[in-house]
Amino acid sequence: MAITMHAHIVSAEGSIFDGTVEQVYAPGRMGELGIYPRHTQLLTQLKPGEVKLVIEEGKEQFFYVSGGILEIQPHVVTILADTAMRAKDIDTAAAEEAIKRAEEVMEGSHQGEFDYARAQIELAKAVAQLKTVEDLRRKMKGGRGRG
Amino acid sequence: MASGKEIRTKISSVQNTRKITSAMEMVAASKMRKAQEMMTSSRPYSKNIRRVVSHLMHGNPEYRHAFMGSREVKRVGMIVISSDRGLCGGLNINAFKQVMAAMHRYGQQGVEVSLCCIGSKGSSFFKRLGGKIVAEKSHLGDTPTVNAIIGTVKVMLDRYNSGDIDSLQVVYNRFKNTMTQEPVTEQILPLTAGKGDKKLDHHWDYIYEPGAREVLEELMMRYVESMVYQGIVENNACEQSARMVAMKAATDNAGDLIDGLQLAYNKARQAAITQELSEIVAGAAAV
Repeated sequence: MAITMHAHIVSAEGSIFDGTVEQVYAPGRMGELGIYPRHTQLLTQLKPGEVKLVIEEGKEQFFYVSGGILEIQPHVVTILADTAMRAKDIDTAAAEEAIKRAEEVMEGSHQGEFDYARAQIELAKAVAQLKTVEDLRRKMKGGRGRG
Repeated sequence: MASGKEIRTKISSVQNTRKITSAMEMVAASKMRKAQEMMTSSRPYSKNIRRVVSHLMHGNPEYRHAFMGSREVKRVGMIVISSDRGLCGGLNINAFKQVMAAMHRYGQQGVEVSLCCIGSKGSSFFKRLGGKIVAEKSHLGDTPTVNAIIGTVKVMLDRYNSGDIDSLQVVYNRFKNTMTQEPVTEQILPLTAGKGDKKLDHHWDYIYEPGAREVLEELMMRYVESMVYQGIVENNACEQSARMVAMKAATDNAGDLIDGLQLAYNKARQAAITQELSEIVAGAAAV
């Protein structure tokens, strides 16, 4: 059996995942992180994006996080997410709607710098959600992972 | 002995009161379920962030955040969490008693205490007693959000950063079960290491991305917010269950009262009939 570590994904709304995994992939502020057991201690902020957990060979789970903090201890990975969702719970229609709304806001406002910045964040979040959904779908079609 | 009519009025007024208290009991019971769900769902986050912070305190960070170092305590800030409404038994008073005891203790040591009241019962209580209230927030409703308390918490953090307070504590009722709630005082700042993990005792530090300052700043903000938020949702669950218990007791007492009054009424009626009968018999004998 491969070496495993413990992963916690929690958001203010509850515990999303709590269990043993082999690998964790997370969207760090400075770039994508791939974490294996016995990683050195690390503390970083997260960008909106998808978190992939490899439970065991060929068995993966996807989550969407909208930002937060990631702590790594050699045998424990903790993700304190602002909001986290299981990828299969993400509503594609709602995400697309959010993109459309954000784009409209961006087109409409040339004067307000603040609105522009906020719209960009919203857009980034929606795009990240959609990407997670698409990845999940591709995985399911490919028949490799059972996500 | 009171006349029959007086007792009848009294009975109907107690019956009305009982209707109200039993309705309040049912409302509290349904709110309690929601409040308990909120409390249990936010517990994992606060548990995990506590663990991360405790790891951090066992490490040897390159950057010492202002919240991490302790200094001599000359002034203390206390965040007192209470309910917005009354009729919930001794819930608020038990927490206030603990605050008063702490204030008394600090007063003897010459330590100044400033208060931050969340919930209107706390602010009115300490206003009346002349406590030094520096921040106040009330009417968070049944579903408090983290956003709603950020401003209030920031007031206390700013005071900590500027040296107006040297220690920050939070007082709230911890939910044990529906029948028992216990007031607790927890120290938020400066951070305490908590129980040590033996593995963490050697010299180590995190890698920080992008930088120690930014990451720790964000972590600390979230930590404090999450501690206060957890206090609020716990207190909320306590409030609803305490109210349910108090209203159940009130409903039962009203029932007992009605039984007693009914007995008194029946006795009075019986006495009146007996008296009337004996008057008639005496009248007939006289004829």
